[in-house]
Amino acid sequence: MRKPEFIYVTYIETTPEKVWEALTNSEFTRRYWFNTEVKSDWKVGSPFALVMDGKITDTGEILEAELPRRLSYSFKHEIDDAMRNEGPTKVVFTIEPYGNLVKLTVTHEGFAEGSKLLDGISKGWPAILSGLKSLLETGKAFAIPPVALGIERFE
Amino acid sequence: MNIDKFKPTLVYTIYIASTPEQVWQALTSAELSRKYFFGNAVEVDLRVGGAYIVRTPDGALHISGEVIECDPLRKLTVTFNVNWPALIEKLGPTLVTYEIEPAGDAVKLTLIEAHDRPLSDDILSGGRQGWPAILSALKSVLETGHPLVIKMAPPERMLAALREMGIKTA
Repeated sequence: MRKPEFIYVTYIETTPEKVWEALTNSEFTRRYWFNTEVKSDWKVGSPFALVMDGKITDTGEILEAELPRRLSYSFKHEIDDAMRNEGPTKVVFTIEPYGNLVKLTVTHEGFAEGSKLLDGISKGWPAILSGLKSLLETGKAFAIPPVALGIERFE
Repeated sequence: MNIDKFKPTLVYTIYIASTPEQVWQALTSAELSRKYFFGNAVEVDLRVGGAYIVRTPDGALHISGEVIECDPLRKLTVTFNVNWPALIEKLGPTLVTYEIEPAGDAVKLTLIEAHDRPLSDDILSGGRQGWPAILSALKSVLETGHPLVIKMAPPERMLAALREMGIKTA
C-alpha cells in the first residue's frame, strides 16, 4: 500500500531560475496563487508562511534550499479546524532542466490516513501550478474562482 | 462495454486559459494533437462505439480503442490500448476519460486512467510519466499557439515489466 501523498509533475518552457523566482517571490505568487504571499528568507531553518489576503493560512520551516534545483519546507495548515489539528506535512519542489524546458515536480507528503488536508491540497496544487506555468510561458495568469476547486470553505 | 469494474490508477488535473470548445478540439483533432502528443495524431469517430485511434508521426497505428462515452465539450471516455501484441490479453483494456469543466477564466481538464484489474507500479509508470508531459504540452499549445515538443522514451522499468509478461514492445 502506498503512503498517502500527492505528486504533480508539469513541464514549463522557462529556466530553473525563473521557476525558483516564481515560487519564492510574492510579486509572482500573488498573481497565480490565489493572491497569496510567500513569506520567508529561504534559508534552511527559517520560518515560512503563506499569507492570503493578509491572513496567515499555512506555516512551516525551510528544510532545503538549493537554488535553483530543490526547495522544501514543512507545511501546516492554520485556518480550518480539522486540518489545523493534523500534524505537519512536507512539500518538496524539484526543478530539473529537461531539454529546453523545465520539469517541475511537487511532492507533498506526510499525511495520515483519511487526511482532510490531503484532499484540499490535491485540489489546490493543480490550479496553483497551472497558473505558475501560464504566467511563466505567456506572462499572464488567469483567474479561477476558489469555489471552482471544490475545497470545503475555500471560496 | 461495462466500465463499472474499472478503477482509476491516475487522475491528473490541469487548468488551461482556453474554452471548452478549444480543449475539446485539441483532444479530438489530428492536426492539433500532433502539436502536443509527441507528434501523434488522434483520429476519433465521435459517437459511442466509434473508433478511437492514435497514429505515430510516420502513420503507424500506435493506440486503438473505441468511444465509450461522448458528451461533446464535457466528457469523452475511450478505450486506449497500445498496439503491442498480447497487451490486452495480459493487462486488460485501458480506459481513458477526459472531463472538461469551465472554471472562471480557465477550463479545468481532468484526465483519468483506469484499469479493470490491479497492475504493478512498473506497468503504471508509463502513464504516470506520459500524461503530465502530454497535458502540459496541450496547455502550452492552446495558450501560446505554438507546438511544445517534449522528447520522452517509455520508462525502462515499464518495458522490462512488459517483456517479463511476454508482451512484445517493439
